[in-house]
Amino acid sequence: MTEEKSPNEKLKAAWSEQYNSANLRDVPFETMSGVPVDPVYGDGPYPGQYPYTRGIYPSMYRSRLWTMRMFAGFGTAEDTNLRFKELLRNGGTGLSTAFDMPTLMGRDSDSEWALGEVGRAGVAIDTLADMEDLFAGIDLAKVSTSMTINGPAATLLAMYVAVAEKDGVSASQLAGTIQNDILKEYQAQKEYIYPPRPSMRIITDMVKYTTAEMPKWHPVSISGYHIREAGSTAAQELAFTLANGFAYVEAAIAAGQNVDEFGRRLSFFFNSHSDFFEEIGKFRAARRIWARWMKERYGASDERAMLCRFHTQTAGVSLTAQQPEINIARVGIQALAAALGGTQSLHTDSFDEALALPTEDAARIALRTQQIVAHETGATNVADPLGGAPYVEWMTDEMERQAEEIFSHLEDLGNGSILEGTYEGIENGYFVGEIADAAYRFEREVNAGQRIIVGVNEFTEGDDPDGRNLLRISAETEDYQLKRLQDIKLRRNQKDVDLSLKEITEVASDPARNLMPAIIDAVKVYATEEEISDSMTKEFGTYVEKAIV
Amino acid sequence: MADKKIRILLAKLGLDGHDRGIKIVARILRDAGMEVIYLGLRQTTGSIVAAAEEEDADAIGLSMHNAGHLTLGPKMVDAISGAGLDIPLVIGGIVPDEDVADLLSSGVTSVIGPGASAEEVVAIVNGAIATRERK
Repeated sequence: MTEEKSPNEKLKAAWSEQYNSANLRDVPFETMSGVPVDPVYGDGPYPGQYPYTRGIYPSMYRSRLWTMRMFAGFGTAEDTNLRFKELLRNGGTGLSTAFDMPTLMGRDSDSEWALGEVGRAGVAIDTLADMEDLFAGIDLAKVSTSMTINGPAATLLAMYVAVAEKDGVSASQLAGTIQNDILKEYQAQKEYIYPPRPSMRIITDMVKYTTAEMPKWHPVSISGYHIREAGSTAAQELAFTLANGFAYVEAAIAAGQNVDEFGRRLSFFFNSHSDFFEEIGKFRAARRIWARWMKERYGASDERAMLCRFHTQTAGVSLTAQQPEINIARVGIQALAAALGGTQSLHTDSFDEALALPTEDAARIALRTQQIVAHETGATNVADPLGGAPYVEWMTDEMERQAEEIFSHLEDLGNGSILEGTYEGIENGYFVGEIADAAYRFEREVNAGQRIIVGVNEFTEGDDPDGRNLLRISAETEDYQLKRLQDIKLRRNQKDVDLSLKEITEVASDPARNLMPAIIDAVKVYATEEEISDSMTKEFGTYVEKAIV
Repeated sequence: MADKKIRILLAKLGLDGHDRGIKIVARILRDAGMEVIYLGLRQTTGSIVAAAEEEDADAIGLSMHNAGHLTLGPKMVDAISGAGLDIPLVIGGIVPDEDVADLLSSGVTSVIGPGASAEEVVAIVNGAIATRERK
């Protein structure tokens, strides 16, 4: 006769079964002193079990470490291509592309808006030719690529597909993520082109296209990172991000998509700031809230559509221009919080980023920092090692409570719809107002000395402004890129370009048609990013934010 | 007129969308008793000069986070003087120390570096306005 199992024993047994069938990395799961440790401690639900508070996979980092994905991009496509190869040689396992401001805004390098910005904050991409150089010599069937772009995301995705096709790699083989999270642009990052509703139509088209053609691609990375950088609290970051996720889900369902099919390809992107336990509570709460809403509210039944899988980046805004080398310590602590919070991939900031784009040395130190967390701290031996700790569990609940309050507010704004509530919150200045208030509150506390920022308002000795080696982007980058763009424009078949652009405008006017194929056709004949953006602006108009302080 | 409030025009020039800093600076200056006119994002030198004239601004403040300051700073200086105006220009944001001298010699009145306290921000703006009054 067997004894009846307690509910927790049942959970543990189910978890064990899954854990035992997982492939594990070939390393000893023991402490530095040789003490063997269990894969998880405490009570269930265990990692890989709904609502996934403790992690999305049963074996977590014992099977696979997070992807060490370093964000890089500067100068010309060739410059960034070299940095990509350097990162891959150094043990980076995924690429992440930073575009320059004109590219992010759908402008070409020869636009009057682009003056002084070409190749400065990221790589300049005008046409397919630049994209070909960016990924030259990199096997796109083997790497996973993340592209941080939103307003003109459809054009950049089209270019990526076209480059791969030229290399003999089909769209279905491509793995990666495109940020494509336009809602947070109106709330925080401000890199929008069209008004919210047409932007949502483009995103829905991309979701449909990738669902059909690119099974390994994440068509939207719902991002709280920029919301936090703009000054929000941790709970606001959590709530605004997940609410944006709900809004995309509502839009896709309204467009006839199956919640299980696209839900499993959504991913998230969070900030890891310096308040260690608040961050860990935030990550844990994110998984729990997302799973519950997807299941209970949106009717997902596929487990994969309930998983909040996320990328994390350490907090750029926490880095100080004073004594920049101490930022290495901040990044280490933030990286550890991300690991203990169960992230799927991680970018660690370089210590010099409060001053300029990172130098190669600084980027290497940042990558090494997460390698130390992964391989030396033992934090990867045990899934959710802090789960069950009273403070951590309380913090997780508290983050969830604050987030639910914000969801209620958005539902009120939208008469029961988070999507409509989000549109309304963008229009009435709710999001930007809340973020600006939080940013100002924090700044005042720092200014009054109530919060100590090491090196800024305390412990200020030891700064050496002369001893800095910063990455400078030469003005030649701009000249080179302009010449290159001019050459392409002369060499391409203008008639094909004109026809392809006209087609995009036509498709844009018909919500029943998908924009992606028309955009792919246009990039293949070397239409520029700005020409493609303009071809949609004709139909969609542009967005101008009300300036509120 | 001793009791006239200082009027400062703040704007983001060009494509750079980082507006956390400028919004904080706007509130700091407002709390210090100044009249702040914030034009918002994606302004051109032309829109800034026109607004400065119309608003009778005592100073113009730009915030730059995309390393475009060495191009855009002098361009703004030229636009101000090209319009026949004599308005001090303050630039804040991510400006490396080694670029400050270049900006100042190109005609930018003052630079506010990262990590400046509220008092420093107010003092720099007041100082910039005072340079004009001394002329």
